[in-house]
Amino acid sequence: MMRIKLVPEETKWDFFSKSKIWLGISMFMIVIAFASFMIQGLNFGIDFRGGTTVRTESTENIDVGQYRAALAELELGDVVISEVFDPSFREDQHVAMIRIEAQDDQEAVQSDVIAAMLAALQTVSPDIKFTSVESVGPKVSGELIKTAALAVVAAIGAVLVYIWLRFEWQFALGAVLALVHDVVLTIGVFSELQIRFDLAIIAALLTIVGYSLNDTVVVFDRVRENLIKYKKLDLKEVLNMSINQTLSRTLMTSVTTLIALIAMFVLGGDVIRGFIFAMIWGIFVGTYSSIFVASALLNVLGVKRDWTKTDGNAGTQFSGIDA
Amino acid sequence: MLQIDTWKRVLIWSVLVIGVILSLPNAFYTRVEQHNDAVTAIERQGETEERLAAAESWPSYVPSGLVNLGLDLRGGAHLLTEVRVGDAYASRMEALWPEVRDALRPLRSEIGTIRLQQGDPAELRVKISQPEGMATALAEVRKLAAPVVSVAAAGETDIVVTGEEDDLVVRLSEAEQRATDDRTLSQTLEIIRRRIDEVGTREPTIQRQGSDRILIQVPGIGSAAELKEIIGTTAQLTFQPVVRRAANAEADAGVGNEVLPSLDEGDGFYVVEKAPVVTGEELVDAQPSFDQNGRPAVNFRFNTSGARKFGDYTAENIGEPFAIVLDNEVISAPVIQAHIAGGSGIITGNFNVEESTKLAVLLRAGALPVGLDFLEERTIGPELGQDSIDAGKVACMVAGVAVLAFMFFSYGLFGFFANIALILNIAMLFGLLSLIGATLTLPGIAGIVLTVGMAVDANVLIFERIREELKTAKGPARAIELGYEKALSAIVDANITTIITAIILFVMGSGPVRGFAITLGFGIITSVFTAIYVTRLFVTMWFERKRPKAIVV
Repeated sequence: MMRIKLVPEETKWDFFSKSKIWLGISMFMIVIAFASFMIQGLNFGIDFRGGTTVRTESTENIDVGQYRAALAELELGDVVISEVFDPSFREDQHVAMIRIEAQDDQEAVQSDVIAAMLAALQTVSPDIKFTSVESVGPKVSGELIKTAALAVVAAIGAVLVYIWLRFEWQFALGAVLALVHDVVLTIGVFSELQIRFDLAIIAALLTIVGYSLNDTVVVFDRVRENLIKYKKLDLKEVLNMSINQTLSRTLMTSVTTLIALIAMFVLGGDVIRGFIFAMIWGIFVGTYSSIFVASALLNVLGVKRDWTKTDGNAGTQFSGIDA
Repeated sequence: MLQIDTWKRVLIWSVLVIGVILSLPNAFYTRVEQHNDAVTAIERQGETEERLAAAESWPSYVPSGLVNLGLDLRGGAHLLTEVRVGDAYASRMEALWPEVRDALRPLRSEIGTIRLQQGDPAELRVKISQPEGMATALAEVRKLAAPVVSVAAAGETDIVVTGEEDDLVVRLSEAEQRATDDRTLSQTLEIIRRRIDEVGTREPTIQRQGSDRILIQVPGIGSAAELKEIIGTTAQLTFQPVVRRAANAEADAGVGNEVLPSLDEGDGFYVVEKAPVVTGEELVDAQPSFDQNGRPAVNFRFNTSGARKFGDYTAENIGEPFAIVLDNEVISAPVIQAHIAGGSGIITGNFNVEESTKLAVLLRAGALPVGLDFLEERTIGPELGQDSIDAGKVACMVAGVAVLAFMFFSYGLFGFFANIALILNIAMLFGLLSLIGATLTLPGIAGIVLTVGMAVDANVLIFERIREELKTAKGPARAIELGYEKALSAIVDANITTIITAIILFVMGSGPVRGFAITLGFGIITSVFTAIYVTRLFVTMWFERKRPKAIVV
C-alpha cells in the first residue's frame, strides 16, 4: 500500500553542527520582532485600547472615501475604515469594518452615536446595516490588557514549574526560553504585519505556548530516556539522536494540525482569520523552536548525567498505569 | 501479552456509547431546541396542542442536552455594567437625616442649633452652634447605630460618628459599606433579571462579576442599545410635595428641598421637598392605560402602607400640588382634588403608548437602587452568527476529512483505527459539552478544529513508537505493547502542559476565549482517552482475531 512518509525511516541528521547559526538566527529574529514592536507597536483592537468597532454590510460596492466623508461630520475623532474581503461572502455582500476611538473616558459608546453613524452611512448606502457593534470602554480595556499579560505570564510560569518537577531545571529553562522565543516572534509578526491584536489573539498565543511545549516535551521525554540508556554518550549526541527519533512524530503532528488549521483559515470566515493565522504561525515557530532552540539551549546549559539515583525508570514513569 | 480485561472492555465501550448518545441531540439541533423550548413552556404556562406536538417531536427517553451557542454564533447582545454602589451610601445618609435631627433636637440646650451642611453626599455633616456639647451630641447620635447585617462583619456597627471641629459627621462604617455594596448589587441583579424576564427573551445570562459589576448576555435581542433601554433606566418613582415653581435650575431651593426639571411644561422647573411622601418601592402593580381624555397613561396601585401614606397626605393637602417624579424629572404635578383613599391612581404626562407601556414594565419590575455605567457592549447580528456557523461547519468537515485521509495514508490500518477513534472523540467531546451545558463560541469551533489536529498526536506518538519497537524485532504483539507503554510518558507530559494552558485561559479569559478554553481542555481529555484506551482496544481486538505474524504500521 502507498504510504506517506514525511521523513525517511531512519534519520541520522546532524542538528547540532550548526546550532550556533540557528541560535543566531533566532536571536536575530527576536531582535527584529522587538524592534518592530518598539517602533511600530501592535495594532491593538478595541479589547485593549477601548473604542468601538462596527461591522457593516450592504449590497452595494463600498467606497471607503464616501464612508469616511459621511462620518466626518459626526466628529468622532480617529476613525479607521477598512473593507473586508472573504471567499465565503455572497456576490452582493460587501462588508466593512469601522473603528472609532473611545468617546468617553470610562464608558462604552452611547447608543445615539451608533444611531447617528447608521443614519450618516445610510445617506451613502441606503440598505446598509450593522451586523455587529462592539464597544469597550477604556476602563475595561485597561483591565483586559492586564489580565491578558498576566495570563501569558501565568501560563509560562505554570509550565516552567511543571517541567521542572517532571524533569530537571535545565529542561524547564530550555523549554521556557523556547516558549518565550515563540511568543516574542508571534507578537513580532503581528506588529510587523499590523494585524489586529485582540483578546482572541491572546488565546491563540496561549495555545501556541501549549503546542510548542507539547513538541518540546516529547523531545525532552526521549532525551531523558536516552540519557539513561546511553550513559557514556556525549550529551550532544544524545540530543541529536533524540531529535532524530522523534522527528517523524514532530512533523506528522505539525502537518495534521496544520491541515486542520489551514482548512479553518481558508473556509472559516474573516471573523476568526487573525486568530487562526496566529496559530498557524505558532505551529511553524513552535516546531522549529522545539527542534532548534530548546534542545540547543539544553546543550548549552548542560544536564546531569547520573540518573541512576533518582529513578531508573524515569523514561517510562507512567508505565505502571496499564491500559 | 497484548490483553485487555473484560471489565475494562465493557467500561471503555460504555463510555463510548454514553458519549455518543449524549452528543446525539446536537445532530438534530433545531428539533431538540424546539422540544426543549416546548417543555419549559409547558412547565411554565401549561399545555397547548402546539407545544405538546413540539415536545413529542423528540423522544423523552433520549437525552436532550444541547451545546449552547455563544452570542457570536447565535447573535444577541452582551453588556458589562458597573453598578454605582457608592450612590447607595448617599441615599442611606439622606434617609438618616430625619433621625439624626430628631435625636439632636431635644439636646438643643447643650449643643445649640443644628444645621445640615452640603458636601460629600456619602456623609452627613451637621454643624452645631455650641461645640462644647459635641461629646453629648456624638453619644446621642451613636445610639442610632445598628449592628451590620452580615455574617462576615458580626459585632460591627453600621455607622461611624465623628466630630470634626464643630461639625458632627456621620459616615457608613467600612463593614456596612461592604454589606451595602453587596445588597445593592444583588438588588440590581434581581431587578435587571425581572425587567429582562418581563420583556420575555429566552435564556438570558445575568451574572455578578467581581464586587460591583454585572454581566448581561441576551441571545436573540436586536441590539445592545435596545437592552440598555430596558435595564439602563433607573425608574425611580417618587411622589414629592411641591414647594413652588422655579424659573431655572439654579434657583435657590433651600435646605431639604431640590430643584427638578419638569417634563410636561418644556423648560419649567419645580422646587420640591427632598423627602418623598411615597416611593415606587411601595407599588404593587402598574399597567398601561388611558386617562379620561384618551391620552396614554399608567395606572398604579400601592401596597397597604403606601396606600395609607398616600391617603393621609392627600387628605391633608387638598388643593396643593404634588409632583410625580421619575428619575429626578417631574412627569406631572397635579393639584390634589380630593382625598385619594384606596391607594390606586393614574400617572398622566406627555406619553405615547409605547412610552407608557415601557414605564409600566419598569415600574412593575421595580426601580434600580442606584445608577449603572456601561463599560462594555457587544451586539452580534444573527446573520453574522449564522455566517460564522456555516463557515465553521464547512471548515470542520474539510479539516476532518483531510486529517482522516492523511492519517490513513500514513499509517494504513492503524491509521484507520485512529480515524474511528477520532470520530468517536469528536462525538464524545460534543457529548461532554452537552452534558455540562457548555457554550460553543467561534473560537470554540477553532478549539475543536485544533483538537482534531492534536487528537491524532497521541496516536502518532504511539504508532511511531510501535514502528521503532518493530525494528528491534520482538514480535508484533510485544512491539504494540511496548509502543503503548513507552509513549505514555510523553503523551501524559505533553497533554498536561496543554491542559495547564487551557485552565489558565478558562480562569482568566471571558466570553469567546473561555469557550475556546473549554473545547480545548475537554478535547484533550477525550483525545487522550481515545488514544490510550479506544485505539488500543481496537488494535487488540483486531490482533486477537487475525493473529498476524508481522505487522506494518
